[in-house]
Amino acid sequence: MTNFDYALWIPLLPFLSFLILGLSANKIKARAAGLTGVLSLVLATALSLLLAWSYFGAHGGGHEQAYAALQPLKWVWLRFTDTLPFEMGILLDPLSVMMLVVVTLVSLMVHIYSLGYMKGERGFARYYAFLSLFTFAMLGLVLANNIFQTYFFWELVGVSSFLLIGFYYDRPSAVAAAKKAFIVTRFADLGFLIGILILSYYAGTFDFAQLNAPDGPVLSKDWAPVFGGHSLMFWALLLIFMGAAGKSAMFPLHIWLPDAMEGPTPVSALIHAATMVVAGVYLVARLFPVYELVDYGAALQVVAWVGAISALLAAIMAMVQMDIKRVLAYSTMSQIGYMMLALGVSDGGADALGYTASLFHLFTHAFFKSLLFLGAGMIIHALHTNDLREMGNLRKHLPWTHWTFLIACLAISGIPPFSGFFSKDEILAAARENHFWIFAIGYFVAGLTAFYMFRLYFTIFWGRERQYSHKPHEGGWNMKLPLAFLALITLVAGFIPFGEFVSADGLPHHSALDWKLAGSSIGIALIGILAAMYLYSEYKQLPSQIARSLGPLYRLVERKFYIDDIYAFVAKRIMIDTIGAGVAWFDRHIVDGTMNLIGRTTLRLSSAIKGVQSGQVQHYALAFLGGALALAVFFFFRS
Amino acid sequence: MIEGVSIQEIMAVSVILFFIGVYGFLTRRNLISILISLDLLLNAVALNMAAINRYLHPDNFQGHFFAVFIIAVAAAEVAVAIAIIVDLYRLIHSVDVEEVDKLKY
Repeated sequence: MTNFDYALWIPLLPFLSFLILGLSANKIKARAAGLTGVLSLVLATALSLLLAWSYFGAHGGGHEQAYAALQPLKWVWLRFTDTLPFEMGILLDPLSVMMLVVVTLVSLMVHIYSLGYMKGERGFARYYAFLSLFTFAMLGLVLANNIFQTYFFWELVGVSSFLLIGFYYDRPSAVAAAKKAFIVTRFADLGFLIGILILSYYAGTFDFAQLNAPDGPVLSKDWAPVFGGHSLMFWALLLIFMGAAGKSAMFPLHIWLPDAMEGPTPVSALIHAATMVVAGVYLVARLFPVYELVDYGAALQVVAWVGAISALLAAIMAMVQMDIKRVLAYSTMSQIGYMMLALGVSDGGADALGYTASLFHLFTHAFFKSLLFLGAGMIIHALHTNDLREMGNLRKHLPWTHWTFLIACLAISGIPPFSGFFSKDEILAAARENHFWIFAIGYFVAGLTAFYMFRLYFTIFWGRERQYSHKPHEGGWNMKLPLAFLALITLVAGFIPFGEFVSADGLPHHSALDWKLAGSSIGIALIGILAAMYLYSEYKQLPSQIARSLGPLYRLVERKFYIDDIYAFVAKRIMIDTIGAGVAWFDRHIVDGTMNLIGRTTLRLSSAIKGVQSGQVQHYALAFLGGALALAVFFFFRS
Repeated sequence: MIEGVSIQEIMAVSVILFFIGVYGFLTRRNLISILISLDLLLNAVALNMAAINRYLHPDNFQGHFFAVFIIAVAAAEVAVAIAIIVDLYRLIHSVDVEEVDKLKY
């Protein structure tokens, strides 16, 4: 058995970097700050790759036995009761080791890229401190061995996301976006917390291993229905999924993600594309046995439908956005919808294909989506605008960006041999076995994805040459290198036999491509690409004509299905203007009124009798004498 | 026990002395006069104590002790009061009690 104690250093290194940078943010030179951040991540990445190598290599390959879940470190942090201690620990199983690799690799790329992208920005050291803090929190989250630790780091990633979205704190829109992201995810986390409390109260443990064990306290019991025909555990899982949906920007809690694009672009690549937003998928995957078996997977049905609806709505909204980062944000939401959908459709049968497919897609998506974001960052860096209407014909100016962006677009559209093809195909295969409509939505969204991604691609890199205030040029090596590296991973990641490593039951799982299905999904992707090419590869009036002819439908999509407006309506009109106004009236008139009455009465009374305190000693003496005489008389005549 | 003097006579002197003190305390303006009135009060009480002890409980000494004690306290009180009055005079150049009314509402 290999010793995995060094796993502790993987989250600890970024934390050290955060401490160093956070404590000396004002004194340290920008260059030193960047190097500290990058160095800590280089070491952490090296360690996690080593760990993944020795963990997966321990079996020597070809073994038909489950990968062991190891807990190299575990200690009790807080002891609530004797039976329910709050532990901190490290759990290594295929899922967490895979996430470890994804998080450290993408984070390293973003750290390197930011050296160029954030160069000369005010608060450079602060930026790296937050980035390190986020990486620490995310690594702690994926390594958590119990659900309370997950929650702990879950909030920590929320905070660092908040800090990084609001990095440009002198911009009101960034501040508003940061607040929105924080409030929406906090609201979802409230559900998560209640879910944890219900689950752990009845299970008597926080530990994932015990929660997931087939003979453990959750799965060995029959839970009686309590409410709505479902058991308590079902509702707990639904509440936990609410937290997951908030973090992963699933409908209807997705509204914060597009606004979160106010943060620096590398941050979007790291947090809002590759790592934090997939935490929800990770959480459901982590509790997968529970989701699968409690109430015969009723909660998974919800997960599947939420995923499918999110995938569809986000893909539709991505088609009309004019901000490059917002298109990518909706695309992220749509792809995470895919992952949720895949988790939702994998109930036991067919070797739980969806589980593997979902995590495979998480893996490939992390790389190609962060590649897309970093490419977008390159464009924004060159042009100083996010607006698609001010871009065009950039392929001559930004060749590196062009090629890597194209690779990522092909990958997300599901064109072989790029990585997205393999994972998306597995998802569709899993969905087809489960539910026709979910499959149909997934299939349709695949076409939409190809369309909106290539709309983006053709608008930016082809089309009309624009008047640029200065000739666009690419960043230095520190920005090109991450692009090239991520593009390389995107090229080869599809050939990783992912099912061999990560599967629902831990056993190696061999998946074979179903070429009939693959062919049809390539077909719809090609249709999407060709449609985008026809419409956007050179400047035409046609797209805007189509938009006009669709009229109200187009407006509906452009206004994001009025979901933001509904929230604003609920929050402002109902919560603030109606309920809030009533409560405020009660507070102002009844509560304050009572207090004011007491105060005013006291004031009046005291001003009426205050003349007694005249300051004249002799008056007091007279009163004293009078009192003494009165008492004397009283006692004299009383007896 | 003093020959030919009854306790009632001594008590009458004591009461007269006391009410002279009360009258002076309430009507005088000058703080020094008020202080003197105050001492009249104390002395009235001390006289009372001594007389009652002597006439009613000749075997005990508490009354005498109290009288002596009152004299001691009066001495101390006069010292403190005079000091306050001197300071007050330095402050407002007056020893008129009606002008010392800072501590009112």
